[in-house]
Amino acid sequence: MAKLTLDDLRKLRDSKKNEVSKRDTEGKEIEVIIGMGTCGIAAGAKETMDAFLDEIDKEGLKNVAIKQTGCMGFCTYEPTVEIKVPGMPDTLYNNVNTDIARRIVHRHIKDKKMVSEYVQDRPSIDIMENK
Amino acid sequence: MQYSVCDYLIDLLQNSVEAKATVITLDYIEKDGSLSVCIGDNGSGMNEETLKKSTDPFYTDGIKHKNRKVGLGLPFLIQMLENIGGEFDIKSEEEMGTSLFFSISLDNIDCPPEGDIAGTFRTLMTFDGEYDLLINRHKNGKNYSISRSELAEALGDLNSADSQILAKQFFVSQEDDLK
Repeated sequence: MAKLTLDDLRKLRDSKKNEVSKRDTEGKEIEVIIGMGTCGIAAGAKETMDAFLDEIDKEGLKNVAIKQTGCMGFCTYEPTVEIKVPGMPDTLYNNVNTDIARRIVHRHIKDKKMVSEYVQDRPSIDIMENK
Repeated sequence: MQYSVCDYLIDLLQNSVEAKATVITLDYIEKDGSLSVCIGDNGSGMNEETLKKSTDPFYTDGIKHKNRKVGLGLPFLIQMLENIGGEFDIKSEEEMGTSLFFSISLDNIDCPPEGDIAGTFRTLMTFDGEYDLLINRHKNGKNYSISRSELAEALGDLNSADSQILAKQFFVSQEDDLK
């Protein structure tokens, strides 16, 4: 790939923007929030993030924000990812490896159905118990 | 322990962002098989006592999760450095910020893989929060520098998936140029 300059980036961004305006988007933003604390990193959260971005790009999905946050308190279930899709309950997924990330993009974000077996419903014990 | 050298960087930068730093610098310098990394921030910093404790795996400030009894970010890094004979230094002052340095020999047989540099830089640039990050990357006499504010100015919202995809392409092209 030729070395990109900031000007090239501006042009690429503008061409992506034009694509967006041609589509009929809802205008509401979907959020993917990835836990990027020590635990998340060790469990492969960066690879999970790469998989989300790659699949979102392949599917040409627009209006998706990807945010990274620190440890969400579910260290034993990392990588954990919270998905916020307008019209659906905010959902926390656990053990999201690259395959599950791609499944979440297709099933949750595109088809608006949950990937039930990876939905997180219990926080880690040391957070829950009042020690 | 983390899998790659780059994974440690994500952890260290996350510390700076969580310390509410508004300006962070990262120097990532490779020369003749050795790697030097310098991270400086103007975040909340630590007093002498906290700084000493920060390298203890059984210490955490308890702000994020009050019952948690471990803080493994810096201890993991130190463990890796001890395994391969790397150098480490950290200085911090309350209300002023923290600076951290480590250097390793990438040729050491026990050195973890360097990891995905372009993807890591993209990750460092797109943490949620209001901070500027200047990355200075040197490799064998070639270099590039880029700041988060420049990237945001060129790409717009850095949280959007589109911006992050382009940011990765940018870093991949810069890294290719260093080869």
